[in-house]
Amino acid sequence: MKLDLRLDTSGDFYAQKFQPTKREDTLILNMGPQHPSTHGVLRILLEIDGEYIVRAEPVLGYIHRMHEKMAEVMSYPQYLPNPARTDYLHALAWGWAHVGAVERLMGLEVPERAEYIRVITCELNRINSHLLWWGAYLLDLGAFTPIMYAFDDREIIMDILQRVTGSRLTYCYYRFGGVSKDIDDRFVAETREQCTRMKERFKMYKDLVTDNYILRQRVEEIGEISVNACRKYGATGPVLRGSGQAYDVRRAEPYSVYDRFDFNIPTYDSCDAMGRYMVRMDEMQESINIIEQALDTLPQGNFIHPKAPKRAKPPAGDVYFAVEGARGKIRMHLVSDGGKSAYRLKLRAPGFSNLSLFGEVSSGTLISDAVSILGSLDLVIPEIDR
Amino acid sequence: MIEAIPTQLIIILVGLAATMAFVGLNAILLVYLERKVAGFIHRRPGPYEVGPHGILQPFADGLKLVGKQIFTPKGADSVLFWLAPMISMAPAIVCFLVIPFGPNVLIFNTNVGLVLILAFTGINVLALCIAGWTSQNKYALVGAARGVSQSVAYEIPLLLAVLPIIFMTGTFNLYDITLGQGAWPWQWFIVYQPVAFVIFFICALAETNRAPFDLPEAESELTAGFHTEYSGMGFALFFLSEYAYMVIAACVTAVLFLGGFQGPVVSGWWWFLAKVYILLLIMIWIRWTFPRVRFDQLLNICWKWLIPLAIINLLITLLVIAL
Repeated sequence: MKLDLRLDTSGDFYAQKFQPTKREDTLILNMGPQHPSTHGVLRILLEIDGEYIVRAEPVLGYIHRMHEKMAEVMSYPQYLPNPARTDYLHALAWGWAHVGAVERLMGLEVPERAEYIRVITCELNRINSHLLWWGAYLLDLGAFTPIMYAFDDREIIMDILQRVTGSRLTYCYYRFGGVSKDIDDRFVAETREQCTRMKERFKMYKDLVTDNYILRQRVEEIGEISVNACRKYGATGPVLRGSGQAYDVRRAEPYSVYDRFDFNIPTYDSCDAMGRYMVRMDEMQESINIIEQALDTLPQGNFIHPKAPKRAKPPAGDVYFAVEGARGKIRMHLVSDGGKSAYRLKLRAPGFSNLSLFGEVSSGTLISDAVSILGSLDLVIPEIDR
Repeated sequence: MIEAIPTQLIIILVGLAATMAFVGLNAILLVYLERKVAGFIHRRPGPYEVGPHGILQPFADGLKLVGKQIFTPKGADSVLFWLAPMISMAPAIVCFLVIPFGPNVLIFNTNVGLVLILAFTGINVLALCIAGWTSQNKYALVGAARGVSQSVAYEIPLLLAVLPIIFMTGTFNLYDITLGQGAWPWQWFIVYQPVAFVIFFICALAETNRAPFDLPEAESELTAGFHTEYSGMGFALFFLSEYAYMVIAACVTAVLFLGGFQGPVVSGWWWFLAKVYILLLIMIWIRWTFPRVRFDQLLNICWKWLIPLAIINLLITLLVIAL
């Protein structure tokens, strides 16, 4: 009956580490690992004073699966499906980072058609990722309907990708030196049709959700992250661009054939959750723009390098490769000793840096705002824990 | 033997049994309606498996809830913990006694009908508070705190929105208020008191904890708010009472502003039910369309907008009546 507010002797290692600096009149609340709006197994320790958050500390590691260690024991081709399991929402970008690093170390050239296919599929996947974020974010804010509309669109894109990649979520499509399967006319036609459809849908999303007064009240001027805070924590992707810095790996460190396409990098100076929201909404339109340009100029040729080795065995050395994922900069640092598996593979997950911001940004806000901020960072926990 | 019991008491007892059946039936209907309407808004079929077009789904849900283990959390006061859902449910049933469903369908005609409803619906806050406090769960506690401040705040504009009607008709009797309005839509009080209607409807949404004001049970923030720890029938009773309060809110709105059972051509209970269900559909529609407001915004709407507006509306009404 009596709720002891002063001292909570229960709790694990993290809770007890969090405990000593607690104020007398506050409450420690465990948000997660099973909480509807932490989307997975993120756990956040909150010290709350009524509804206000005094302190917040994310606790990680509930879905740590040793992807980096697996790279050291599995041969390069065996590791191909792994990156897709880290960030299951933008699986193709992670796969690209892996094959890109290996290709760069081996000096393997990728045929032009394969590069175009990679761009098209990766951008389709990015739209999918942003759509799911959009739906889930609004679910966090208490609007149930948009996620159903988002899945309506996602379904079509997943069907398109399923035909060429063979899977619907954790794609393993890119190979060293190209892709596993060529795209056909039907893929091109369906993608074009979907691009036209999406443009109409974006108008509806704007009318239905983005211009909604209650939504704007919930996201505007909430969770303000300055550019300096982003630099301090290494935040990238829409979080950084929502703070006004036009940093995009596709433009800053151009890889593949991205330098051939004409696209904007949407930025917003408002630094709040609305800025990050708008960046993602605009990015989907830019992705469609890129896809349409790529489809228009799709070259003929091989979809995989004819002399691509079945068993990749890069020479000794180390290499770095970065791609722009839906959540920010995905970077792989591969060290090879010339063996059939990597000596060391360091994965940089953008979500990890973005999450680090949460503690600083959320202190002093309401619980509802914390949910809004957490959603606006677009976290995928398996990616953070790796 | 029978003569010793006053007739009034028998009528009330029979009425109570009838209202319980009505509440149960309504809940079944509303659960199905809510899920189907949500499905329609979401562009999906909604319940479809149990029975033709899923019409047996509410029974399946009910059966599942009855079959669940009754679980009391560790450290919770089991008496108060299980009392809370009952405290939530009981007043809801009493409220139906005084609502005039039709010219002849009125169980208990009393001069203080409206006061009775306002008083009894207020008890729900107590249930919420007890549920949250005895659950020994921090989410439930925060949910209860939200629920109490929300309900207390919104009682004020709710009463202020009702007062103009009271002054216009000069009675608290819901039957007389109904008769004070005519059969045609332009004779209803919604035409004379549109501001009061809007305020009353918003407050009714907030009082019944419906979206976009469903903060006490905001599941993306507080998992399930004040009823986080309830399983089986405990949860079912809270669920049932939420729907019962929704129906009461719709009934009172229909009586006060939409002419109650009076309608064009032939007045009767059919008009009343039609109005109630239209209001309920609007509530469901709102729930599946809007995001949830934040807590301080919710209180701001109340204190900064609804109360001043209601007071101004009341003063204007009084001025018009006095002149």
